[in-house]
Amino acid sequence: MTDKFDKEPADGKPSAGVSKEGTALAPEAIKAIPVRHYGRWISGVIVLGLLALLINAFATAKKINWGAVGDYIFDPTVLAGAGRTLLISILAMIMGVVLGVILAVMRMSKNPVTSSVAWLYIWIFRGTPVYVQLLIWFNLALVFEYLNLGPFYKDEMVQVMTPFMAALLGLGLNEAAYMAEICRAGLMAVDEGQTEAAHALGMSHGKTLRRIVIPQAMRVIVPPTGNEFINMLKTSSLVYVVTYNELLRATSTIGSTSYAVMELLFVASIWYLVMTSVFSVFQYYLERRFARGSLRQLPPTPWQKVKANLISIGGRERGASA
Amino acid sequence: MTAMVKAEGVHKAYGAVQVLKGIDLEVQTGEVFCLIGPSGSGKSTFLRCINHLEKINAGRLYVDGELVGYRQKGDKLYELKDSEVAQQRRDIGMVFQRFNLFPHMTAAENVMEAPIQVKGVSKSQARERAHELLTKVGLGDKAGNYPSQLSGGQQQRVAIARALAMEPKLMLFDEPTSALDPELVGDVLDVMRDLAESGMTMVVVTHEMGFAREVGDSVVFMDGGVVVESGNPREVLTNPQHERTQAFLSKVL
Repeated sequence: MTDKFDKEPADGKPSAGVSKEGTALAPEAIKAIPVRHYGRWISGVIVLGLLALLINAFATAKKINWGAVGDYIFDPTVLAGAGRTLLISILAMIMGVVLGVILAVMRMSKNPVTSSVAWLYIWIFRGTPVYVQLLIWFNLALVFEYLNLGPFYKDEMVQVMTPFMAALLGLGLNEAAYMAEICRAGLMAVDEGQTEAAHALGMSHGKTLRRIVIPQAMRVIVPPTGNEFINMLKTSSLVYVVTYNELLRATSTIGSTSYAVMELLFVASIWYLVMTSVFSVFQYYLERRFARGSLRQLPPTPWQKVKANLISIGGRERGASA
Repeated sequence: MTAMVKAEGVHKAYGAVQVLKGIDLEVQTGEVFCLIGPSGSGKSTFLRCINHLEKINAGRLYVDGELVGYRQKGDKLYELKDSEVAQQRRDIGMVFQRFNLFPHMTAAENVMEAPIQVKGVSKSQARERAHELLTKVGLGDKAGNYPSQLSGGQQQRVAIARALAMEPKLMLFDEPTSALDPELVGDVLDVMRDLAESGMTMVVVTHEMGFAREVGDSVVFMDGGVVVESGNPREVLTNPQHERTQAFLSKVL
């Protein structure tokens, strides 16, 4: 501070920061009236009004028995269905991600055999409907009557291919084909210089992939994978064809016997929304983790954002008076 | 003195484009060998051939008496397996123009990675060594920073520490200061000067003529994929014999 006192009078004319009394101050903080966004307020009111009308239309519809939604939302059969949906989606997704990474690496391999195998796999599994794939797995006994793993295991295919197995294989192997393409895009997005640097240090291809390339590719891979998972939660409703009793099948069964078809579909939708919402939060933290190093500062968590907003509201007064 | 790097008629082509048209040179153990020349003269390509990041099309290239990338039996050459190439690269450190630090790892983790993954050094030992090396390049207090939190000059010094962690017998520098602000170039050159004084064999592709003159033991001027002129940097840079060298130096000095 004393330096400023010495310097500022020395250059002759007082700067904007020097007040009439001659005390040097930082220039006064700007207190301007912010631009008023009237358009935002008006459109916000209109949107809220329309939403209220829509909700009202649904809520007061005489032909929908909202009581049934409340009655069945925590019904044990519905809960069990939701649990199975979650289970099959998570397991199929894990299978899809693991196989997808392997297929992506195979597809990009210099070895023509592995890259062709990966190409063929993706071509078949991405090119045919999941619905058909599910039925093929479920009816695999038509082609292979026995599952024979030599000395380790032998059983009739009908015994092995339970609804759960068919659902898992159908969804998981199909997902792997999509995940392979997502992973390939991620691997290609990593700068070539990273591979060169790792190779120059004497790291093998495998180690370079595992330690250097894949962790960086994850940042690109995670967002579309989250999308895939949310898609999977709902695609999993297709497994009713192999008689796996997931959420949608469970609710439709109740719905048709209790004459509350639409009501039970709302029940199912509420659970799907709950699951996708919970997962979206998880995805946010996952993305934050893989952003390490690529951003100078990690984005705040939702909770940190709320705290920062509270502090800035409280601190505005103090900031102005100081 | 023995030759650390020996090139005999090294040729390299990308498709129909001849980039190296017969390079013959020797880098002696313990010397600082500078490669200068205009862009596209093939100096970076030659450097990348030394650790087999590029495959040569003709000629022979030896590092410490060992053929790079191939094995010779009688008069036949056999390509080395990837794992054998990796084995050869362990002893050759490389510093890139664009640093190529691993962005998902801190400075210390960058330095620790290869010793742990390639040499099987224990984590605690690698960490200790990483701190020593980072201190040596003047970044002892930045060990926990990610590359994105470091300036270009600091990143390049971490990259040098990372290469040194493998205890190489030869260090390759590919225009290590070309991507830096002029202010930051000095810090990196200081580290390289210290390294040269410690007796490290260094091959440096550079546009820093001052560095080549002061620190270099030999200099080679390359143009159009051939060596135009070579010798003691104080002579070549101050009194070039070839007119192509004269023209180049008159522009950069």
